[in-house]
Amino acid sequence: MKKYIIIALLGIATVFSSCNDELFLVPFQSIDQSIALSNDANVKSVLIGAYSETRAVALYGGRLQLYAEMLGANGEVRWEGTFNQPREIFNKSIFVNNSFVEGTWAAAYRAINVANNVIDALDVVNEADRDRVRGEALFLRGSMYFELIKLYALPYVAGNPSTNLGVPLVINPTREINDESFVSRNTVQEIYTQILSDLTQAESLLPVSNSFLANSYVTAAQLSRVYLQMERFGDARDAANRAITIATGTGKSLIPNFMAAFNTESNSVEDLYAIQVNTQDPANDMFLFYSLPEFGARGGDVAILANHLDQYEAGDERLTQFFTAAGELRTAKWRDQFRNVKVMRLAEMYLTRAEANFREGTAIGDSPLNDINRIRARVDLPAKTSLTLAEILQERKLELAHEGHIIHDVKRTRGSINDNTSADVFPFDSPRMVFPIPQREMDANPKLVQNPGYGG
Amino acid sequence: MTKNLLGALLCFFLIGNIANAQTKTVTGTVISVEDNLPLPGVNVIIKGTTSGAVTDLDGNYSIQAESNQTLVYSFVGFESQEALIGNRSVINITMQLDAKTLGEVVVVGFGSMTKGDLTGNIASIKGAEIANIPVPNFQEALQGRLAGVFVESSSGKLGEGVKIRVRGTTSISGGNEPLYIIDGLPITSGGAIGLFNPLADINFNDIESFEVLKDASAAAIYGARAANGVVLITTKSGAKGKTKFNVGIQRGVSSPTRKREFLNASEFVELMREAGYNNDLRNGSDPINNPADFAGSDLQFVESRLNRYSGWSDWRTLETDTDWQEQAFNPDAGVTNVNFSASGGDEKTKFYFSTAYDKQDGIMIRNDFERISARLNIDHQVSDRFTLGANFGISRTRNNRLADDNQFNNPIQLVALAPITPIRDLNGQLYDRPTATYYNNLIDSENAQWLNTSFRNISNIYGELKLTDKLRFRSEFGVDVMNQNEEQFFGSRTNLGLSTNGFARSRWLRIFNYNTNNYFTYTNTFAEKHNLEVVGGMQFQKSEDNFTSVEGQEFPLDELRTLASAAEITGGTSTFTNFTFLSYFARANYRFAGKYLATFSGRVDGSSRFGDNNKYGFFPAASVGWIVSEESFLKGNEALSLLKLRASYGLTGNAEIGNFDHLGLFGPVSYALLPGLRPTQIPNPNLNWEKTAQFNVGIEFGIFRDRITGEIDYYNKDTRDLLLNVPVPATSGFAVQRQNIGRMQNYGFELILNGAIVTKQDFSWNASFNMARNVNTVKELAPGQTSIPPSSSRFLNGIFVGEPIGVFYGPKYAGVDPANGDALYYLNEELTETTNNFNDAARMVVGDPNPRFIGGITNNFTFGNFDASFLFQGVFGNDIFDGGGGFFAANGDWFDNSTRDQMARWQNPGDITMIPQARLGECNGCQASSRYLSDGSYVRLRTLTVGYTLPSSLLSKMKISTARFYFTGQNLLTFTKYAGWDPEVNADYIASNVFQGNDFYSAPQAKIFSLGLNVGF
Repeated sequence: MKKYIIIALLGIATVFSSCNDELFLVPFQSIDQSIALSNDANVKSVLIGAYSETRAVALYGGRLQLYAEMLGANGEVRWEGTFNQPREIFNKSIFVNNSFVEGTWAAAYRAINVANNVIDALDVVNEADRDRVRGEALFLRGSMYFELIKLYALPYVAGNPSTNLGVPLVINPTREINDESFVSRNTVQEIYTQILSDLTQAESLLPVSNSFLANSYVTAAQLSRVYLQMERFGDARDAANRAITIATGTGKSLIPNFMAAFNTESNSVEDLYAIQVNTQDPANDMFLFYSLPEFGARGGDVAILANHLDQYEAGDERLTQFFTAAGELRTAKWRDQFRNVKVMRLAEMYLTRAEANFREGTAIGDSPLNDINRIRARVDLPAKTSLTLAEILQERKLELAHEGHIIHDVKRTRGSINDNTSADVFPFDSPRMVFPIPQREMDANPKLVQNPGYGG
Repeated sequence: MTKNLLGALLCFFLIGNIANAQTKTVTGTVISVEDNLPLPGVNVIIKGTTSGAVTDLDGNYSIQAESNQTLVYSFVGFESQEALIGNRSVINITMQLDAKTLGEVVVVGFGSMTKGDLTGNIASIKGAEIANIPVPNFQEALQGRLAGVFVESSSGKLGEGVKIRVRGTTSISGGNEPLYIIDGLPITSGGAIGLFNPLADINFNDIESFEVLKDASAAAIYGARAANGVVLITTKSGAKGKTKFNVGIQRGVSSPTRKREFLNASEFVELMREAGYNNDLRNGSDPINNPADFAGSDLQFVESRLNRYSGWSDWRTLETDTDWQEQAFNPDAGVTNVNFSASGGDEKTKFYFSTAYDKQDGIMIRNDFERISARLNIDHQVSDRFTLGANFGISRTRNNRLADDNQFNNPIQLVALAPITPIRDLNGQLYDRPTATYYNNLIDSENAQWLNTSFRNISNIYGELKLTDKLRFRSEFGVDVMNQNEEQFFGSRTNLGLSTNGFARSRWLRIFNYNTNNYFTYTNTFAEKHNLEVVGGMQFQKSEDNFTSVEGQEFPLDELRTLASAAEITGGTSTFTNFTFLSYFARANYRFAGKYLATFSGRVDGSSRFGDNNKYGFFPAASVGWIVSEESFLKGNEALSLLKLRASYGLTGNAEIGNFDHLGLFGPVSYALLPGLRPTQIPNPNLNWEKTAQFNVGIEFGIFRDRITGEIDYYNKDTRDLLLNVPVPATSGFAVQRQNIGRMQNYGFELILNGAIVTKQDFSWNASFNMARNVNTVKELAPGQTSIPPSSSRFLNGIFVGEPIGVFYGPKYAGVDPANGDALYYLNEELTETTNNFNDAARMVVGDPNPRFIGGITNNFTFGNFDASFLFQGVFGNDIFDGGGGFFAANGDWFDNSTRDQMARWQNPGDITMIPQARLGECNGCQASSRYLSDGSYVRLRTLTVGYTLPSSLLSKMKISTARFYFTGQNLLTFTKYAGWDPEVNADYIASNVFQGNDFYSAPQAKIFSLGLNVGF
């Protein structure tokens, strides 16, 4: 009897020792961070991961554009949807717990962290590709800081950027949470300095052509936006001119039929940079909020008002974008599902070059009149023979309407926005047109200081 | 004598085939002392085992046992008795009347004990007490019946989750549900597709008993997984004797416990026009009195919307007045249950077989639940030394499911539609947007399907070998296979398939979970006074989860609904994940002189879920008991017939976190069809178990010859090293990190009172009352961290040191400024100043979703052949946040239809009301604040049953042994101040440890009237 018990116990011991090995399991859907950054191919995959963060609906996937339109509504568009987050922005009465405001903050810093991881791991990237990889990561990081600083801080042209609070600057990857993770807000100037450094380096590192990913002209175009915000018109002009020269050199051009520039499945010849949308990766919040149920969207959350339509000249082909659905006027720029989200079109660069040349009294690349008439001719409008700055800005407004530009142009040109229902006017530096630091972030990081007008 | 050692599957073996020892048949009759009549249904159990028999109608029993064994006779309402068999083969017993339950056999981890020997706290209920309750899962049937066990179903949708909290919430970021063990096998109780509840697969008519292990002494044998309590479920087994058949049938009708009142067409038009007009007046224009102001006014906008929403009809004449809420409910809701069982056996083999069909047509449209189940439990005595057995349970569950509460196709969201909107257009088609304000989800009823099917096999085999008279070895191997499949189709008219000619998704999940328990049990009595039982062994469990999903769109027509017809496959994934536990456990129960008790237990647990630095954890517990009434100075005292004191202290753990939370991970992403990687998790190699130290002290008493018995327990659970998802600055690129940080306390008391109020032959009345108070306090978070504020702009639950978990935190609503109709909030916590600026309002704790008291009272009556019972169950002192209020109770903020109470809005200076002025789109008071918070206490007539058993004189002619007709009602009455649909609510899409007590277009519970018949032969 006893010997069988002993055999049984031995059997148990054998079996149990194999059970112990079963305690060491590894996941099947993720890999350890050390492997993820260990070789050329993996770091390049992480770079794509950074793009995927920036394409989120909270960022270039639509909400950055939506915010600009809602802040800049000006009695020309109306938020009609049930979502309270865009409505708060539309009303310039944003609550500190607005989940869109929180989501965009978090998404931008996720993208920055992924870019920082790539920049930190460049040693293992093949030398032949290293510049390109570094350039793309810098482009993404600089772009994210640019989007953050435009929304969460006063405009560069408001007050003193060297003392106005910007956003926290993080340029190293987070591998653990420690004291350094609790960052303070840098100044607006410090953030702009970093943006210029990132984008300038990126432009020099990136190739002319890089499929739909960042390349040198995309980066130049982004730089032109940064310089416009800083009122460095000469630099803006040169950056826009570089973007135009390189882009047209690789075959980019204005599409003759204006509306053909929108709702495209892949990048059009006019697109400098667009977020790629397809049925596998369908998110596009501009479509979601601007389009209608029959196209697969929500109930038509944004209506275009007569105040806006009145600004177009008769015969402007751009008027064909407007159609009536669900009882209101709509824009067709975002009508169809599974279509790319436009971030930068070539037309913008002509408008930027025209404005900057005009302000500087130069004609680098081409004269302001020629650039503006190029835009006008495409939409069947008669050529102008003379120009004012106001006309250039108006042309810019109508050409780029509903694409997420308006508030940033109003702020940099020290304009103002009319309230939607009252007679109130919000000047360009109104704290109510600056997002709050999300309450969640204030709570998680005691070092942060809230923006004016948002309580403590 | 031959012996074999069988090394079977990994970690499993059986030892078999030994013959020897003295087994014989013992028979006898059990009668009642009261009337000397035979007692049917008395449990006769061989002490220290789970095998036993039940007396038949004539009070006779027969059982296989050995001379040195002791039989335990137990029956509700009578004192248990023990009889050593010795050389007797006939043992007749006269049962003494007694309400006390000390002799009751209670299942404990890896064994069973009589209640008198228990030193821990175990709540126990027999399956028979909840049989025939017409609910889809056993959890709901347990509501109000177990002291200190809080049960809440999230809504009246069928097949969804039920929240159970045993003595409060111990974890902030880890799991809080108890561990469920069926016949020794820890079953899969979560992780299903969607919100499907895996426990709905279990037919609870097959269950013999539920035991909830509440204190550390009872639960620590399950160590690292026991901090939330353990629910032991024992299925029925057969008894020797003539095969008994039982057939049951039950039919019923259901309806919602309550509906809300919404505006009719006239009120809606009035409120919306007023909301637009108020904006105009505030902007200095008056479109009513000054027609020139009409163009471009908000009033004009409102009227254009009313034109749009009224479709073919004219809102000005109130041509249409649709009650959309009515459309969300199923007029043909009801329940059907048919079950059949057979049990019996001979000297060596006993069996229990059952099959059942349960069908529930939900109170919501498009929602039903159907379960077909079968069970076969067999025990076979190979020899005197060796017993083996198997339990096979299989079931198929079909559940037509509904979207979560936050979706437009949640039926209740129909209430948002305008009453001026006709349901159908003039062609008979359902109206959708733009005529309907939002998606008209009645289209789903015609053009969509969402079917969840689950196949479940929960099976066990065991072998038990008696090595010596005092030492037994038992080996168990169990598998729980859950195959779940969800088929969704949304046709070309639905909101999900509108732009893509339909959308379909097929998801498959298989969770294969296997477990083995192998343990020795040693029992001995020394010097007649020292009784010792020692249990020791090991357990290994592994669970593997395989998931596959495919989705597609572009269907040629709506009748072809499988993905084979999708022209475009838009998504697909498959995932695999797993976890393991390897554990060693031991327990010793010691009893001296029948009155001094002590139990020590310990368990070492290892799990794949923890970091290399902390793979294993040790969980000990100790407890003592003193049966004072066995002391000479009390023995025989009729006034104080029972007095027992017990105390326990021990450590249990919680490992209910993600499978790989300790690793630093990068996960796959894609952009533009390019594969990518991104950081998904920040590492924590020191991640360790969450530990709960629990102290429990209890007193059990019986007075007046145990006519009234009771238990009072006080406990204090101190949970340390919380597995906390600590919020980190998002500037790090991460939102949270799983850390062992913080402390949470639950303390409270439980009171149980049982009374055998009347115990006459033709009339009896038993009452049972339980009540529990739990005080939950978050004691510590991360260093320097005092709160995890609400993470949602729509809901208020947050975590604050010094407050209970999930308290409602936000601006405190101060009503309406009588001068101008502005919504006001308190500016400071002292509530002395108010503001109309929401951002300036002081944020503070404004409510608590945790109940202060829970309880239940059951009364059972028999009167001749009639029987009746009712259960009132109550929850007290909790608040409910009505998250939909910002849409439907927002004084006409937007075109969502409003609840009728909004008509009390401010209209003229001087108006005193809590409803602000209607202002279209201005959110005048619509934000999440205490405005939408109210008392959620309720008392509910949970179950009412009235039965009639046909007299046996009549039955014997029909050759049937029992026949009973009954009526059972569920949720017949609800008393509450909550103004929403139902106070038992926990909005499903957001429900979590922290987010509790929220209502968001959540379905009310079902009120059920049913009739049934049980026949035994």
